[in-house]
Amino acid sequence: MVGSIRQGVAVLMAMVIIFGAWVGFASYAESQPNPAVSAAHVVKQPEGNMVGKEVRFGALPTTLYNVASTQTSTGSVSGANDSFTPIGGFALISGMMLGEVSPGGTGSGLYTILLFALITVFLGGLMIGRTPEYLGKKIQAREVKLAAFGVLIMPLVVLVIVGIAVSIHAGRVAPGNSGPHGFSEILYAFISQTNNNGSAFAGLSGNTAFYNVTGGIAMLLGRFAIMVPVLALAGSLAAKNIVPAGLGTFKTDTPLFTGLLIGVILIVGGLTFFPAVSLGPIVEQLLHGRLF
Amino acid sequence: MLVHLRRSVIVSIIFLVLLGLAYPLAGTGLSQVLFRHQADGSLTADGSTLIGQQWSGPKWFQGRPDGTVVTTGPGGVVVSGTNQPGPRSKTLEKAVAKQAALLRKEGIVPTNDLVTTSGSLVDPDISPADAYAQVNAVAAARGLSASAVRRLVATHVHSRELGFLGADYVTVLELNEALVRLG
Repeated sequence: MVGSIRQGVAVLMAMVIIFGAWVGFASYAESQPNPAVSAAHVVKQPEGNMVGKEVRFGALPTTLYNVASTQTSTGSVSGANDSFTPIGGFALISGMMLGEVSPGGTGSGLYTILLFALITVFLGGLMIGRTPEYLGKKIQAREVKLAAFGVLIMPLVVLVIVGIAVSIHAGRVAPGNSGPHGFSEILYAFISQTNNNGSAFAGLSGNTAFYNVTGGIAMLLGRFAIMVPVLALAGSLAAKNIVPAGLGTFKTDTPLFTGLLIGVILIVGGLTFFPAVSLGPIVEQLLHGRLF
Repeated sequence: MLVHLRRSVIVSIIFLVLLGLAYPLAGTGLSQVLFRHQADGSLTADGSTLIGQQWSGPKWFQGRPDGTVVTTGPGGVVVSGTNQPGPRSKTLEKAVAKQAALLRKEGIVPTNDLVTTSGSLVDPDISPADAYAQVNAVAAARGLSASAVRRLVATHVHSRELGFLGADYVTVLELNEALVRLG
């Protein structure tokens, strides 16, 4: 419909690169020994972290499956996410934090990354003083506002509800593990519910009135509140005429654009969620005392 | 208005029959014809080869622990089966040490899989290394030669799916059934 395969490839490559990087570092983390099993000093762990994993799948295919599962919307797991190493668990949580764009949930992955693409075009335009255009459509204040709104709904819902959950008693009694790992369990639960995934980190006794109600709100907002600005954006863009690409157009079918897009996704995701992640997987890893 | 209503009712009925009746029947029928054994749960006389069991005593090859050590809460209540210990859990550390001590008592050198629980808690498989670690203990308990038991293990190793997915594994139930036939 756009009439250019290169435009699609530029976006697809951003998805592929993020997905590849996440599978890479998660696989490395899971091929390392489980810290708690090591602490018992009874076995060597040449297979990697096998806690919560099935023998016939092995550590690496389980990791591949679970990373793929959290970055799409399947909601299934082939091993216990809760027993992943801190960095492996971080890969699962952060894949969803980036807005599930690599390659994203059924039906929602493409529009989420297109929101990021519009923001990238806008930022790129600001940096080099060119007219922001995407696929021949002028990106103006209205579109940028809607795109930013669409991107920010998910973090807003997740962070507010997680904040409430850790502040009140009903939320704090649910985690099955203590300390930062318990926080990761709460964080994962709400990101998964908001972001159209539905898989569980497990370990959270979530069948309580508090978690059922807040989870329901998270699911409702996560699905429909994002669709509203996206539909408004689509309507606004559809009404515009296509302007031919000129000298001032910032090209969106180049590796440079792919790189910028990845940067925007990582920076937006990183800036919004870094404080939350540092209370969960990062502090857990630091307590462990080694990078891996 | 009435036209729309009639159409939506007709479409609903068509899909009710198609997806609610025809599709499950076709699925069940095809699987019964093509994969009867698997569709019925891969059952053998002693249980399914897809669901791990607990084997007591040194006369049997042991599977992975069923996780009751980890998931039993205060007062002996078994909490949710999906509850998994985190990577820095003290409970996990103690459970691993306890399981290793149990294995050593039976004369088995503990391996990674034999002291850790799987995600499903009913992993039916162990790795070939886990099986070989138990050969001497099982052979001694049954009065068989260790080399005969080792050969038995070797003939029951399944290679990984399609040659590259997952890991080589031994299904504990199959191995123990073969062990009975050996004597």
